[in-house]
Amino acid sequence: MRLVILEEYDQASEWAAKYIRNQIIKFRPTADRFFALGLPTGSTPSGCYKKLIEYHKSGDLSFKYVKTFNMDEYVGLPRNHPESYHSYMWNNFFKHIDIDPANAHILDGNASDLQTECEAFERKIAEAGGIDLFVGGIGPDGHIAFNEPGSSLVSRTRVKTLAKDTILANARFFGNDLSKVPTMALTVGVGTVMDAQEVLILITGAHKAFALYKAIEEGVNHMWTVSAFQQHPRTIFVCDEDATLELRVKTVKYFKGLMHVHNKLVDPVSTMKDYIN
Amino acid sequence: MPSNKSVSDSQIIQFINCRILKDHLLQREDLWVRDGKFLDPEKLFFDEEGFADIRVDCNDSIVAPGFIDVQINGGYGIDFSLATDDVSGGVALVAKKILEHGVTSFCPTLVTSPPHIYHKVLPEVKVHDGGREGAGVLGVHVEGPFISPQKKGAHPEMFLRGFEAGGVRDVLETYGCLDTVAMVTLAPELAGSPAVIQDLAQRGITVSLGHSVASLSQAEEAVRQGATFITHLFNAMLPFHHRDPGIVGLLTSDRLPAERTVYYGMIADGIHTDPAALRIAHRAHPAGLVLVTDAIMAMGLPAGRHTLGQQVIEIQGLHACLAGTKTLSGSIASMDMCLRNFRQASGCSREAALEAASAPGPAPGAQPPEGHPGLRHRCRLRVAG
Repeated sequence: MRLVILEEYDQASEWAAKYIRNQIIKFRPTADRFFALGLPTGSTPSGCYKKLIEYHKSGDLSFKYVKTFNMDEYVGLPRNHPESYHSYMWNNFFKHIDIDPANAHILDGNASDLQTECEAFERKIAEAGGIDLFVGGIGPDGHIAFNEPGSSLVSRTRVKTLAKDTILANARFFGNDLSKVPTMALTVGVGTVMDAQEVLILITGAHKAFALYKAIEEGVNHMWTVSAFQQHPRTIFVCDEDATLELRVKTVKYFKGLMHVHNKLVDPVSTMKDYIN
Repeated sequence: MPSNKSVSDSQIIQFINCRILKDHLLQREDLWVRDGKFLDPEKLFFDEEGFADIRVDCNDSIVAPGFIDVQINGGYGIDFSLATDDVSGGVALVAKKILEHGVTSFCPTLVTSPPHIYHKVLPEVKVHDGGREGAGVLGVHVEGPFISPQKKGAHPEMFLRGFEAGGVRDVLETYGCLDTVAMVTLAPELAGSPAVIQDLAQRGITVSLGHSVASLSQAEEAVRQGATFITHLFNAMLPFHHRDPGIVGLLTSDRLPAERTVYYGMIADGIHTDPAALRIAHRAHPAGLVLVTDAIMAMGLPAGRHTLGQQVIEIQGLHACLAGTKTLSGSIASMDMCLRNFRQASGCSREAALEAASAPGPAPGAQPPEGHPGLRHRCRLRVAG
């Protein structure tokens, strides 16, 4: 893995956004060959989304030939509820960029047949040629997407019942009324994300530090599902200093020492202006 | 990129670089329109997988609902209470002119007049949506003749009347056809008024209380029967008294049907209402405040003598009085002047001022509430700097 450690949240968001930008531009997506991007929601990636929007508005990055696949969505929450992941993606990303709506895929938590919806999502990913870069986050309990502790590490897109920890963590978005928090979600599986060509996990904040430790310094364990990515050939963890608080000094020093190598991935930063006339 | 046409073939217009009035706040958001209706862009994106055919750059302007004037007697030399040969032409002229003030919907208002005037004028006024040619007509506001002789203001006494024939019959005899009537101002203390109010409300006509010496309980009864509006608050009604606040007390009455909002017209020309009084009303019941001009035909005309209905009035500066008296006979301030005056006097936010001049904004697609003639109308937009 690469462990990219930046000082603060803003720098981590920017590094991640630059990396995503460079990967898309390097790919040179066209109408015949789309770039497939997996996307997360939550407070962690919002800084990264802001930077991506900036790059789009400055004309350096277009999402015209990008297909997106979000990781998850609540079951039973009306799509236009302010806390639905559809709302999050619209307000924080889609409405500011030039993506074709037909190419923005989010699981439908109100589908009449959830099982079919999940299978269809897997099919859409396959039809897109697989995900080129899957961006994700990590929960305080080490979960990726809604693959709660105990989820199979080879799981596919399916319905999951949320762990108590997750429900408690989400309560703040529902007026601290536990009865209003959704208890189920549709989520890509650990296996689904593992199939991606490349995975970028954004982890910021001291409250995520223990989960990061469990994910990268302990063994592969279905109780900390992000640990599965130890077995992925191309994973990048982008974090801020606070997220490294539970890691061994040796680990942190080693990867900080590699920053000059890591930074070659984002410097120079490419622009679509170079090849779009 | 156009939509997948699953809902409509019409073009989608996206207004960018603008501030819109949404959820009672001016927010930097794009505005989406198709077929003259607001679109929810999120729904458009996910359901129809569509977006804009045309983008209009608003250069950082405010896009706000058009102003609604439910009490305007005329302007630019046109007097709605005069039965001329070209009533619709007169209405159209005013409609076009007030567009410049930001008014996109209005109720041509007739002061107390003899029946033959109503019979001639009312059928000639067409209710229609506005557009480039001028503001839309919501319907006529008939202010009188069923009002109190003690609070007639500038209305001609000889044409005032009560409900002698039982109420509804008097109404039909006086006005003739009610098809084009959107609003009626009457005095609820007149005998027989409850039945009239009920009947008018059931026809979907806004009943407004004014030119009256009603007590608070008479006013409350009127609201229970279906009245939802107060005509130019403070003017032509009993002054607030602490043991019987009269019509003014409706602003804070707790004896009204639940969920009912009482709206009150306010002439904020700086003359008809002292800013302190305006503030008292606004603070007591901000949600009900509706800016009206009560403009007379002299609005837009130079100083001097002019005719209003069957009377002669005199203009000096922003004052318009019955010739030879100090009785105010209407205002000559335009809606945008009123809005600025109101904002300054009340110290309210820009958003609150904009809503007072248009209508408490319904969200795009939402059903507007009842009780205000403007609310039933599709929201028109104006672009302001």
